[in-house]
Amino acid sequence: MDDLYRDYILEHYKRPRNFGELESPDLEAHAKNPLCGDEIGVHIQVDDGRITDLRFHGHGCAISQASASIASEELIGMPVQDAADLDADWLIELLGIPISATRRKCALLNLKVVREAINGDTSWPAAS
Amino acid sequence: MSSLVSTALDLRRDFPILGRQIDGRPIIYLDSSNTSQKPASVIESIDDYYRRHNANIHRAVYQLAQEATDLFEGARDRIAAFTGAPRTGTIFTRNATEAINLVAYAWGREHVGPGDAVLITELEHHSNLVPWQLLCQERGAELRYLTISDEGTLSLHQLDEELARGNVKLAAFTHISNALGTINPVAEMCARVGAAGATSLVDGSQAVPQLPVDVGALGADFYAWTGHKALGPTGIGVLHGRPEILEAMRPFITGGDMIGSVGRERSSWNELPWKFEAGTSMIAEAVGLGVAIDYLSAIGMPAVRAHEQALTEQALAELPDVPGLRVLGPSEAQDRGGVISFTLDGLHPHDVAELLNRDNVCVRAGHHCAQPLMQCLGVAATVRASFGPYNVAGDVDALVASLYRAREVFGV
Repeated sequence: MDDLYRDYILEHYKRPRNFGELESPDLEAHAKNPLCGDEIGVHIQVDDGRITDLRFHGHGCAISQASASIASEELIGMPVQDAADLDADWLIELLGIPISATRRKCALLNLKVVREAINGDTSWPAAS
Repeated sequence: MSSLVSTALDLRRDFPILGRQIDGRPIIYLDSSNTSQKPASVIESIDDYYRRHNANIHRAVYQLAQEATDLFEGARDRIAAFTGAPRTGTIFTRNATEAINLVAYAWGREHVGPGDAVLITELEHHSNLVPWQLLCQERGAELRYLTISDEGTLSLHQLDEELARGNVKLAAFTHISNALGTINPVAEMCARVGAAGATSLVDGSQAVPQLPVDVGALGADFYAWTGHKALGPTGIGVLHGRPEILEAMRPFITGGDMIGSVGRERSSWNELPWKFEAGTSMIAEAVGLGVAIDYLSAIGMPAVRAHEQALTEQALAELPDVPGLRVLGPSEAQDRGGVISFTLDGLHPHDVAELLNRDNVCVRAGHHCAQPLMQCLGVAATVRASFGPYNVAGDVDALVASLYRAREVFGV
């Protein structure tokens, strides 16, 4: 069993949850990892201050795609302001795999676009 | 499959880093298009320079300064002889990017204006693309691209058509594509560009370490390359230029060492090549590059090319056996340098590179600083394996075996 490419990571990569687009999202953002050309966009639907639906789209490596898929399951149902405050530690703990410095950007790209969609924050995460 | 290699070199012992083991296993270095490893002689020459000869060049009269100047200028002489360029047209820069920027600023801003065109190709590395984008934006000129075929090759016919439009001032193209390995017919291209009254610039960063290069015979007006891909240290590159063109140009970076005399209001410029070498030069790096060139000369570039072409043939024969693997670029080894870009179904290039790293197989994954090219190819990224003279047939076998293991992890 591979430490990084665990079964559930590969399962999420091959069958990502909540991937696609929403017809009329309340919030959206899109970002690229300039190092590798990977990109992820997000569409978010908000009702009463809560994320009621969310879709990621784009392309990337197994880590970036599985991370988005796993995060999406937590994000749906969450108060929007809680989602805006989520940090890297939350996501990396959620993934449950050792993320090296070189793969950190892959893992965090989905949270980057979520934060950008919610509060226009384009500078997160700061260089680690 | 090793029998395919009939002109095998085994230079591994000359490269100290290749004797290193990680987790008890050897390093399979297949990223020489990114940067090359360095032979012991280069590493020792830099150490020796600092231990025994260090002083600033071109200024002081004492013995050490004379030795440092002789080492620096001696490196220039040997490099110029190696690439078939005149000494006065052999300028040290920080890297190929700076060499290209030198031309874009010092020549381009004087010669390219509104209504003119700069012609580049879809194969270009960002270093031979962004400087021309900026030049054209600033000067109101048009940036046009020669397109590539499905195999990543250019068409001389299209070059003729573009030149016939009459407004091309400069054509800039790579000698060997860093992403696909395509070897361009640069002699024919430079001849056509010259016949059309335009100026040519060739990015030779991948070619100088891989092919016999004779800048004079190629007929390039400018030829830029970098030291660290050619077994030399980082921080040193070379711009070859026709002396008569360089003579007529304004300086690029200005300051010390590049001046003839400095008055309160005006200054005059030093002779070539020093006119374009402002400030204290990369002395140790130039010395190291000179020794790298000595190393390549001793092996002989035809032998380096034959060896790397044999490795490329081996890789082109073995890689397609891996299920789901697609090789990009020219199909024949004779038409490409020792660079193989590929994709693997079901695995993103980053994941491939990560898994190959488990076997100490070092490859690059990504867009290879050629995003417009990746768009042409319809891929976001590729895996790239590239060879240096120190690679051996067993390295290709290790790559192939590691790719099979990567597929197993992903269950494809």
